[in-house]
Amino acid sequence: MKTVEEIKAAIEAAVPGAGVTIVTNPGPAAQHSLLLVPGSAIAVATFLRDDTDLALDFLSNVTGVDHLDKEIAEKVKVTRQVSKTVDGVEQMVEETVEEARKHVEPGYLEVVYHLFSMAKKHGPVVLRMRTQNRSDKVELPSFTPVWRSAEFQEREVFDLFGVVFKGHPDLRRILMWDAFKDYPMRRDYVEPDDFEYEPTAHDEVLARAQAHKGTQQGS
Amino acid sequence: MAVDESLKIELGKQGVFVTTLQELYNWGRRSSVWPMQFGLACCAIEMIATTMARYDLARFGAEVFRPSPRQADMMIISGTVTKKMAPQVVRLYNQMAEPRYVIAMGACAISGGPFKQGYNVLKGIDRYIPVDVHIPGCPPRPEALLQAFITLQKKIDAQPLTGEGRPRHLDENAPGEFPVPVQGEHDLEPAANKNVWSVPVVIK
Repeated sequence: MKTVEEIKAAIEAAVPGAGVTIVTNPGPAAQHSLLLVPGSAIAVATFLRDDTDLALDFLSNVTGVDHLDKEIAEKVKVTRQVSKTVDGVEQMVEETVEEARKHVEPGYLEVVYHLFSMAKKHGPVVLRMRTQNRSDKVELPSFTPVWRSAEFQEREVFDLFGVVFKGHPDLRRILMWDAFKDYPMRRDYVEPDDFEYEPTAHDEVLARAQAHKGTQQGS
Repeated sequence: MAVDESLKIELGKQGVFVTTLQELYNWGRRSSVWPMQFGLACCAIEMIATTMARYDLARFGAEVFRPSPRQADMMIISGTVTKKMAPQVVRLYNQMAEPRYVIAMGACAISGGPFKQGYNVLKGIDRYIPVDVHIPGCPPRPEALLQAFITLQKKIDAQPLTGEGRPRHLDENAPGEFPVPVQGEHDLEPAANKNVWSVPVVIK
């Protein structure tokens, strides 16, 4: 099978302005993936499916990844004018000061697709797409029109992560009930506090059990 | 009113059969407890095995699995009750006619089991409906289900027809319908039926 670089080159030759980047995997598996831009994703996916060399006709797996907002603290060197007394005379001097700055790198939701070829018996090719943030801009194009097997799995990613797939024929919750508002697989999800006692409590569960102690158990 | 057991045996030797209405009534009830044909997860496979020839639940008069709650006397909660399924389980229980019994089979049905700390699994069906027999195990063996069934039969046998501890269908003040939980925005509402379930007290 072609390497990720060769696939990237093939995509860029076939789809102008595809905007594909390679996300490397530093681990021993070295399973690198292709990060797609939502705008051209459908064209790229259709190419990957229909290309005679690749013939990625089977979408095996769709999954989601949640990346939280990251607060990055860094030290920046800043030059500024400071008044100083030099040899008894007050004058303005330029001074370089280190300043601690913090900025928030917005988090995103990522969807990962694993593709195989039944015809050529090769794979996987891993595709990724990222939303702009985790709150309101969570739309990504759906691959269901390209690979039918994406339908239920994209519904699952919608249900558990809250990624909205544009062009999905039937985007409803699949595991949780319709009135449910949360997204349980997100990292900041707070699960309902619905168990009051724990016979063998430990760690987080112990803290939770102690919070309930004295309220309902009366001990 | 109970008949003296030794007198009963003595009279039996003389060809006189003595019984009470309560004994007859309970004998009839316990010998034809028809379960509902209803499985939730892997425990259902063990439940099916129990009904087959090797373990043969028919020996105890419970071989007729009814596909309708209207015709069933017993509900075997065989497996994980998810929060999505819990309202339906309570609704099916409400649709069963009295006298009705519940066996909670396996770790999931009695407490949530290995999924207790998850967000989508009910921590025991006894939060919403009264359970007669709990069986631990993951899943329990068919023998355990038979044991639970015999325990239930003993329980039925011991029920008086009048006074304290009489079965629900002979008690006009007993609740006939149990509130079905609503699937809310974050969890089932309410999280438990306070008339049925209270927080277990941990004894140290």
